Amino acid sequence: MLFVPQTINQGKKDVTMKTFDYTITDELGIHARPAGLLAKTAKELDSDVTITKGEKTAGASKLMMLMGLGIKQGDTVTVTITGGDEEKSCRIMREFFEKNL
Amino acid sequence: MKKFAGKGVYGAVAIGRISIFKKKDLSVKRVHRNDTAGEIKRVECAKNETREQIKKLYEKALKEVGEANAQIFEVHMMMLDDEDYNGSIENIIETQKVNAEYAIAVTADHFAEMFAAMDDAYMQARSADVKDISNRMIANLMGQKEENNASEDKVIICAEDLAPSETVTLDKDKVLAFVTAYGSSNSHTAILAGNMNIPAVIGVGEEFLGEIRDGQNAIVDGFTGEIYLEPDEETLQKFIHKQKEDEEHKKLLLNLKGRENVTVDGTKINIYANIGSVDHIGAVLANDAGGIGLFRSEFLYLENSDFPTEEQQFSAYKKVLETMAGKPVIIRTLDIGADKQADYFGLKKEENPALGMRAIRICLTRPEIFKTQLRALYRASVFGKLGIMFPMITSESEVRQILEICEEVRKELTGEGIEFSPDVELGIMIETPAAAIISDKLAPLVDFFSVGTNDLTQYTLACDRQNPDVEVFADTHHEAILRLIAMAADNAHKNGAWIGICGELAADTELSETFLRMGIDELSVAPSYVLKVRDTVRKIDLGK
Repeated sequence: MLFVPQTINQGKKDVTMKTFDYTITDELGIHARPAGLLAKTAKELDSDVTITKGEKTAGASKLMMLMGLGIKQGDTVTVTITGGDEEKSCRIMREFFEKNL
Repeated sequence: MKKFAGKGVYGAVAIGRISIFKKKDLSVKRVHRNDTAGEIKRVECAKNETREQIKKLYEKALKEVGEANAQIFEVHMMMLDDEDYNGSIENIIETQKVNAEYAIAVTADHFAEMFAAMDDAYMQARSADVKDISNRMIANLMGQKEENNASEDKVIICAEDLAPSETVTLDKDKVLAFVTAYGSSNSHTAILAGNMNIPAVIGVGEEFLGEIRDGQNAIVDGFTGEIYLEPDEETLQKFIHKQKEDEEHKKLLLNLKGRENVTVDGTKINIYANIGSVDHIGAVLANDAGGIGLFRSEFLYLENSDFPTEEQQFSAYKKVLETMAGKPVIIRTLDIGADKQADYFGLKKEENPALGMRAIRICLTRPEIFKTQLRALYRASVFGKLGIMFPMITSESEVRQILEICEEVRKELTGEGIEFSPDVELGIMIETPAAAIISDKLAPLVDFFSVGTNDLTQYTLACDRQNPDVEVFADTHHEAILRLIAMAADNAHKNGAWIGICGELAADTELSETFLRMGIDELSVAPSYVLKVRDTVRKIDLGK
């Protein structure tokens, strides 16, 4: 189990983060190939990206954990971006989801 | 004889001997190691070797089964580099001071279990992928070389389950069929086998494994998913026959390519294809059609949110004509209305749309739409052999109006110095009883007729095409329809025009002989029916 984004903020006022929700439209959900692409895309960013579905969270750059979330069509996930150029990373992730999922 | 059943993946029959696929012996022992850094280094080396092997498998799969099916090996490569997977292996080596093989095996089990426990069949099937890459790493660590199941003859490969990499690694020329005790239709192995054109049956059950031994005779029926061990003579003969029939059928289709559409007594007929999009030209050529007998231009209108421009249309028509390289291409002008609607036409809602504002009626009411299409068609005509066909004709005056508009368009183009072919054929659809009945008056005006049997049936028998309840009354072999077609054929030939059929009836091989006797010059059918109709035509003897 990985950390939940909220815990990062405790006691650290200056740490910001960006989040957005996305509902999966791809009929297969986050299956093997898009999970692989997502992991690759997230790895290239200078920010930490996590994907949360319900009570489970996984690092976006971790392929197996990501697949382990079992995200299906119609599921809404929360994407959280912390550190680095959050503005830019957030834009890239949003574009990735809209294009592939 | 024993019979088993699973799920057939590719339709074909295999008869031969069984070869049990032996997995490599990868039983891993837990060994204590003090040099943890050395073990981690061994993992690194094995990983590099594995990556190279998967890369080669990806390339082999790419060639044999195509990109979409080869993608699984890309995922395998990504899994191999997964942080948690690698982290777990290193962690086990460091904290437990154990050998690399053991750390990988434990990690593989852990992740495979995670996937197996998920409630989604697709994700459950992924546990096989984790095991596949892990076993490959372990085999590399143990120094086991890749080996093919090298037997002299072609065999039926039987296994508990086959990993995608195992399926692709097998020498295709030595495999008669695949049979696995487990495996789901979600497994990549099932999909890969289908793409390699090898009969395969999956999910036969554990019991099957207990019954088989190497060299046993067996029959695999990929159509039904049935497997017979030690078949009796009667069963064997039955399947030899089934196999022969299937092979003959596939060969027949292959042999008919490039052959003439000619009857035993020497009567020839053209067999063309119907298509509704530029994307389908590949199927037209693959099935050896002599031309395109009906190109539905509606897609240009239905795909757009506004009227397609002259340029848009021109480039689509040009592409079809160029690709068909001089073979006839008959393009039907827009047939919007009734069941095909595009919002931007702003058509009123109608009580009886099939009897309403559709096809040529829209074109003649709004000539600007019609002229744009005709300009694009004439401009494209220099790139091949074009015929233009007009739908939903009921009267002589409609045809005369159409011809006048065509003349205007040609004059305009000449005035603008734009080239067009002088040999464009103009024809009309015979799809209303009215057109068939006055075909003697219409034939002198045009180069050809094309019978649209679907609408002709609907209008002649008063049966709505959209209403499944009246389908039983819509007898397509009704004498009234056949008489109307014969009448149109007669009148066409008396006036030097030719006649084709482009409705679904054209592919009805029960009627091929009837059409040949009427003197029909062309049949236009869906691309996949071209060779079937050719086969029928070549067996007909009109002299009898």
